[in-house]
Parts: sequence; C-alpha cells; structure tokens
Amino acid sequence: MEISPSLLNNVLIPVVKAIVIVNVMAIMSGVLTIIERRSLAFLQVRKGPNRVGWEGSLQWVADTVKLLFKEDVVPAKAEHLIHFLAPVLVVVPALTVFAVIPWGPEFTFKVPGIGKITTGAYAADLNVGLLFILAVTSIGIYGIILAGWASNSKYALLGGLRSAAQLISYEVPMGFAVVSVVLMSRSLSLVEIIEAQRRMHLWFVFPGLLAFFLYFLSGVAETNRVPFDLPEAESELVAGFHTEYSGIKWSFFFLGEYANMVTVSAIATTLFFGGWLRPFPNVAALGFLDVIPGILWFLGKIFVFMLVYIWFRGTFPRYRFDQLMDLGWKTLIPLSLVNLVVIAIAALDGRRGLQVLAWISCGGFVLAIVLVTRIRARKATRSARPVSPAEAPV
Amino acid sequence: MADEAPKPEEKPKVEEKPTEAGAAAAPDTSTPAAPTTAMPAGPAAAPAKPAAAPAKPAAPAAAAVKKGPVPVDASGKPLVAGLAAAVPGSVLSAKEFVGETTVDVETAKILDALRHFKNESFSYLVDLTAVDWKDRQPRFDVVYYLHSFQRGNERIRLKVKVAEGEACPSATAVYETSNWMEREVFDLFGIPFANHPDLRRILTWEGFNGHPLRKDFPVEGIDTGAAIYPDRYPEGGGPAADDPNRRTLS
Amino acid sequence: MSAPVEPARADVNVAGEPEPGSEEHTLLGLREMELNFGPQHPSTHGVLRIILKVDGERIVSARPEIGYLHRGTEKLFETETYPMVIPHTDRLDYVAAATNNHAFCLVVEKLLGLEVPKKAQYIRVLLDEMQRISSHLLWLATAGIDLGAMTPFFYTFREREVILDLFEEFCGARLTLHCMRIGGLLEDLTPGWVQKVRAFAEPFEARIDEYEELLTENRIWKLRTIGVGILNAERCIEMGVTGPPLRAAGFKWDIRRAIPYECYPELDFEIPTYQNADTYDRYLVRMAELRQSRRIVLQCCDWLEKNPEGPIRGKTPRVIKPAAGEAYAAVEAPKGELGFYLVSNGTNKPYRLHVRPPSFINLQALPEMAKGHLVSDLVAIIGTIDIVLGEVDR
Repeated sequence: MEISPSLLNNVLIPVVKAIVIVNVMAIMSGVLTIIERRSLAFLQVRKGPNRVGWEGSLQWVADTVKLLFKEDVVPAKAEHLIHFLAPVLVVVPALTVFAVIPWGPEFTFKVPGIGKITTGAYAADLNVGLLFILAVTSIGIYGIILAGWASNSKYALLGGLRSAAQLISYEVPMGFAVVSVVLMSRSLSLVEIIEAQRRMHLWFVFPGLLAFFLYFLSGVAETNRVPFDLPEAESELVAGFHTEYSGIKWSFFFLGEYANMVTVSAIATTLFFGGWLRPFPNVAALGFLDVIPGILWFLGKIFVFMLVYIWFRGTFPRYRFDQLMDLGWKTLIPLSLVNLVVIAIAALDGRRGLQVLAWISCGGFVLAIVLVTRIRARKATRSARPVSPAEAPV
Repeated sequence: MADEAPKPEEKPKVEEKPTEAGAAAAPDTSTPAAPTTAMPAGPAAAPAKPAAAPAKPAAPAAAAVKKGPVPVDASGKPLVAGLAAAVPGSVLSAKEFVGETTVDVETAKILDALRHFKNESFSYLVDLTAVDWKDRQPRFDVVYYLHSFQRGNERIRLKVKVAEGEACPSATAVYETSNWMEREVFDLFGIPFANHPDLRRILTWEGFNGHPLRKDFPVEGIDTGAAIYPDRYPEGGGPAADDPNRRTLS
Repeated sequence: MSAPVEPARADVNVAGEPEPGSEEHTLLGLREMELNFGPQHPSTHGVLRIILKVDGERIVSARPEIGYLHRGTEKLFETETYPMVIPHTDRLDYVAAATNNHAFCLVVEKLLGLEVPKKAQYIRVLLDEMQRISSHLLWLATAGIDLGAMTPFFYTFREREVILDLFEEFCGARLTLHCMRIGGLLEDLTPGWVQKVRAFAEPFEARIDEYEELLTENRIWKLRTIGVGILNAERCIEMGVTGPPLRAAGFKWDIRRAIPYECYPELDFEIPTYQNADTYDRYLVRMAELRQSRRIVLQCCDWLEKNPEGPIRGKTPRVIKPAAGEAYAAVEAPKGELGFYLVSNGTNKPYRLHVRPPSFINLQALPEMAKGHLVSDLVAIIGTIDIVLGEVDR
C-alpha cells in the first residue's frame, strides 16, 4: 500500500501523535494523583494509599473506575447545558495545550512498509507556540466561571468569582515572565526557545531567575493549587466551583487541574530549564548524560516541578482572597515589569549580556537567601516569646 | 440525706471548698467566728491572698448539724446588705450554702440589682438559668450567677421567682452575654423575657411545641403536631406557617 | 405547603426587598447575598449553621443558628441517678470528656461535702491536663485545616493518638472516658501507666516546637490570623467569653488559679496571656498552654511516682443523695469555664442540673468577631473560638 507523503505527514502522523499524547497525559494525570498522595503522605508522617496494586500504585485506576461509574448528580435548578459544558471547557483546552509542548527532540524510526520517518516528539511546532499556550489555557477559566454560575449554588458562584479574579490577575505577571523569555530567545516557538538555550549555552533560568519565580508562582495560582487554591477552598467554599459536580464531570475538573499542572511545569521546563537538554549542554565532559534520552530529561524536570507543587501543598496555609490580590497586583506585577526591563536591556547585547545578567541574578539570589536566613534566625530568637507576665487590665 | 453521716471531724472539709473557692480573698469569708449569721462585715483586710491558702474550718458550725452542709442566713453579709441598701426592697432573703451566697431578689427589682452588682465590679455574668418548681407558686426560679474579678473572684447568686406565663425582665441591657442564655431559658422553660432583643427559640426548632425542661414535659417527648397539622408544619420539620422566621421560595 | 427552604440556592429570595438606606442596602443599591453557612459545611466543626449576609465576600452580618445537635441532655440528667449522669457528661464536649466528668463530680462532691483523696486528685488533674493537650491538639489540627494548612493535622494526630491510647489503658475508653467517679476514681492506675505518660510527655516539648515551626512564623499563617477576629478583654467579659480567647486578650484569668480545685495550688504552672486578642494570639495562647499542660502532667507523674500507694476514692456513700440545696462548681475546660449548677432536692437524682458550657457562651461572640471580615476569616474565627457542637447544643 502506498501512502502519499502529504497524507502521512499532514494527517496520519499528527493524528497518531495526538492520540498518544492525549492518552498519555490522561494516564499521567492519574499516575500523578497517586504520586501526589504518596508524597504528601510522606510529608505528613502517614502511609497514604497502599492497598491497590504494588504499594497502592494502581489506586488511581480504582479511583478512575469509581468516578466513571458514579452517579452524575445535577442540581434541579442548574443550567443543564452549561453545567454539562463547563467541565468539557476545562478539560479540552488543558489537553489541547499539549499539542505544542516539545517533549523531546526530533527522532527517526522505521515503519515497515512506509520507510523512515523523522518527526519531533511533539504534535506541532507552532511558530506562535507560546502565544497559543497562553491563549488556550485562558479558555479553561471560562469553564471554571461557568461551572460556578451554572451550578446555581452560592458557594460555587463564589468559587467561580474568585477564580475569575485570580486567574485574570495572575495571567499578567505570567505573561510578563513569558515575554522576558521571548526577549532572550527572540522566538515564540517552544522548540526554537530550547534551541536558543542550546546555542547560548545557557538555561534561561540563570538570567531569568526572577522571571522563573514569577512564572512558577503565577503558574501555581493559575492551576488553583495550594497556597492559591481559593476557588476550591474546601474549608471555606465547601468545594468552590465544583461543589455541585460529581462523577465523571467532577473528574474532568480534576483531570484539567492535573493537566494544567503538567502544562505549567512543562512550560517552566521549556522556557527556563532547557526543555529536553541535559544540564550544561555545552560541556563535553558531561556527554555521558546523553545516554538518557531527551524526553526523559524533560519528564524528569516536569516531575521535579510536580514535587514542588506537592511540597507547597504540604507546607503552606491558604492565602485569603484580598491578600492574594495584593500579592498579585502589588508585588508580582511590578516585579515582573522591572524584570522585563532588565532582561530587555541585557538581551540587547545578545548572549554576552545574558551571561552577565546570569551571574548577577544568581549572585543576588544567593545573597538574598543568606540575608533572609540570617534575618529570620535573628527574628526567631527574638520572637520566641516567653510566657508574658501579663497584667490584668480590667 | 446522705446515708452515711459524715463524721464531725469531716465537717471542716465541707467548708474547705468554699473557702478555697472564694480564694480566701473576700474579706468577709475570712472571719469564721460567727456561727449563724454568716459573717459580720469585716473591713476589707487583705487583697487576694494566694489561692492556695489552707482552708480555715468554720468549726463552730459543725455543732449545729449532724450531717451534710446546711444553709446559713447571709443577709448580714456586706454584699447583701449593700444590695439591700442600694435597691430598697430588693432582698427577700439571703443564705449561704456550701460557700455560695444566694440572694432571693424581688422580680421587679432584678435589673436594678444586677446593675448594682455590675457597678460593684461584678462584671461577668457566669450563668443564667432557671429551675422549675412544678408545684410551687410562682412556679419558676430564674438564677443569675455573677462573678467579680476585682473582689478576689467572689461570686454571688441571685434568684428571682417568676410565675408561669409571667415575663421576667431581660438582663441583656446589663449583661450582653445573657442574650443566648435567656433565649435558652425561654426555649426550654417557656419563660418570656421582657425587652429581650431577639427572643427566639435557640435549641429546639422554631415550630417546636412545648418546653422540654419543664417538669411536666415527658422525657420521651411529645407529639409536636407536625404530623397532625401538615399545613402548619412543613414535611420534615421547619418553622410553622405563622412563624415570622418562616421563609418560602419566592 | 411549600417546599423546604433552601437558602443556599442562588435564586432564593429570602429576605425580601431591603429598605433604602438600610444596612442591607449597599453602595450599588444591590442586596447582599444571603449565604447559608452550614449546618453541613466542612469547617463549622459539626452542625453549626450561620446565616451570613455577605456583600461580595465581606460579611455584613452573621447569625448563628444552633440546636441541630440538641439531645435534651439536661432533661436526661434529671432522670438518672448521680453516678449515671457521668456518662452523659462525656457527650457534652466530646473531645474533652475528662474535664466534663471532673466538673460534674466536683459539684456533687461539693454538695455531699466529700473529700477526694490526694492521689485521686493528682490522677484527676493528670487526666484533665492530658485531655487539655488532646483537645488543643485537635483544635490545632482543625484550625490548621480551616486555613488550608493540612500537614499540622497529621502531626498533631500522631500525638493525640498516643494520649488516646493512654486513656484507653486507664479507663477502657478513648473518647467518652467516663473516667471519674463521685468522690474519686473507680480503679487504681495500671502498673507502669505513669511511666508511659512520662514517656509521652517528656519528648512532647519537641513536638510542640515542630508544630510551631510549621505555623508560628509562617508568613501566610500570620497574614491569615493577625488582626482577625479581635475581641478585647472588656468585650470578652461582657460577652462572658472565657478560656483561651480571654487570655489572648491579655486578661490573666484561669479557674485553675482563680478558684482552685483539686491539687492545682500545689502545682507549678503559669497562665499564658497575650495582648492582641486576635486569632494569632489565641493560637499562641493555646500553644503556650500545651507547654504548661505538659509541665503539669510531668509534675503529676513525679508525685504519683513518689506516692504510688493510697486510696483513690473518698468516703462516698453507697447511695448518693446530696443534701437539698444548690451548688455550682466549675473547672477550666480546654474551651473555657465549664460549670455545673446542681439543684438537689435530697433524692438520688438531680432535681435540676444545668451546664454552663463555654462553647455555647463563647460562640455568642462570633457575630461581633466576624462582622466586616471576609468569609475566609469567618472560618478562621470559628476555628479559633474552638467550639464543640455537642457542648453548644447539649
């Protein structure tokens, strides 16, 4: 059977890649839940799920099956159509984004009957990939807002409102942080950004350290994770926007959240940590690291970010709504603007300027850490307040 | 009363708790001389002694009774006398029992009495409750228990008698904390409180029919009428139809 | 017949149109949303229902509705003989059964004129203080969860579990202890029990440090708690609020010192107070109380190890018929002043036994504390008052 190259390249390969990526991601979200629960359990001196499969490794399968067969309850006065569409609107963009995420470099393999195929480990290399991601992830917000509204529950409504305000606020610093990477790489294509990091012999995290922190913080907020999980704060809003959801629809929100976490981690990896590149891609002495394929480097880096997410969850209390807004508008946005200007100036000089900036920002970071620990240590000794010899005022 | 009569030497023990409880601070409890009229108005001698002060046995009282603590007249106590002087006609009787002073107050004067005590530094209303004496007229006692931080944690109990159906003046104007306590008494005893800002049932549901802590209320409960009057009581409970708190779907 | 009220639904017009210029009439001429907080809500600690009027997320008014757990305990008291009342007291503040037992036994002993042997006093105090520790640990766990700090929950439950095991060894029950009897205790200590208590209490100080490390200097925790729900000492006293909230307002008052009972005068401990009367200080007070309770527990262990012999029950009459009359006795329960007012008519059953429940009285101050705060703060405030609905509703 003869397959025309255009059919092969324009239809078959992308379809196969899309199917693989969507399914792998859906499964990965499931696997992530068990990883999260076990790591959280480790942080919290407990065991976590350990019954299904080896050490609970199949717990997520059991959970998924349960969710699939669970009754789907829709409140009597809910807006049925929108109530149904909202989870779809969350999960579809979350999975769509994976189209442009560069999992690994190009690779070649042989298919019997067709011949050699060379293709990238990504579904598409859009020249506006970054823009595409920002645009598509923003659509997910509509799903959350509509879920809040369509449920006809006040808690869900409050959750949706919080979500709207929060996500819009944190898009801004996130956007600025991303733009600073665009300035450094001079491209919007994610593959090109990775290539730029190889060319410059520099992960962008070093010059763009601040941009990375801004990006990741905003990313945590965008994915509604602790300490920014206000839209679904279970102790305040019962379950926030998905209070009135159950069964498969609820699991769509869940899937969307985990897919978004992966997206944020993947983009952070791509933009700041050299994507599929091994550490120090220019140092030949580390060549043995190339044994590990690029895709594993990429997944490994994502995994580290996921652990950071879980670590956050095990450590922090939740912000209050106004404090969250304060943090976003009064701290992150001004910082990201300053950061943007600094990086723009450094990027004028191309690679050399970025290297200088890298030294400065890393030095500054170390200095800041030292200072903060010192100040905190001093403060802690001061604020280890003794039981006060209180006087009765009344 | 108690089946085994405590031996005489145990008697001091009875009085020990109160002395401890009064923190030996109230000057008037530190003079155990008078056996019957509790304490002559001793001059305010020592301010709050350490609470751990060894108990002083009120020894002479032991002779008067064989078993159990007995109430003694406390109308001579400075606190009671002070109330009688400040609010004439308010004190009906006063007694001291297991170290606690209880004053029967004229119902109409209770607010004045409470204000008087509040001015006398009894700033904390510990408790407000009621007792149903089913066969007595007037039927109910409403009991106030006051605490003074300045007078060495001294406490005093005021009691007023309220007849069935009669209203008791609300103490909310004097002690804000009495709000819920009075609602509770209203709910469980059916004693209305005049001038209470928010007199609603608090523990039972809005349409509940009866007052559970009255002695004539059966322990096994009553039929609240919810089954008999389905038009008045919604299925599954909730406020009655004529209840002002009843809200309906608009 | 109309359908049951469902104020949680967004389209329910419950309050009618507001008067122009009234409190309900907000700036934009819009009516506040009425939010039904509870009785089934994750952070009302039971079946508390609060009817909130919120302007956005700001609380205009909060009206607690209680009684969902009303079991007519005071009526039941009147039908039981005195020893049979004790198990009922367990169910009041069901996370601090020992102090409930204690308060009831005290008031009966007061009317009987009974003396409790020294050893029984020490064991009672030991139980009280362990109960205080376990109650405060439970409080810390739930208050942390309310603010989104998940991990302290598991840390505190680790220690609470040990205490419950010790209770179980002492009296056979873990929660509803029924561990005291009129005139003393039922059984003597199991051999080695005191050593086990000591083995728990000695390293407990380090555990408290561990909790504090997670929360005390945590920026988000401080942001969420400092300045939230202030109730100063004067208002506390006016509202009858006792216990940790009162001490957090700088008022050094604790029944264990003010109106001492049992062997407390012989024990060396301090009453921690803080000045700011906010949620953070209430947290600090409870943490300091944990340390003080630990001290008391260790002192009781010392005494009991030195005096292993001795009676554990006073000369309790076979049939308990206190003299006709009335008495009130109070203990410092973990939540505040817990008092029992007993009216006896000389029979073997209490004629009237009234509980002065600290949770009930303290909860009354909630509307005042919550007004003007956000819904998220309400959660913090409910947590910090530390209510147990079994005691509120009785």
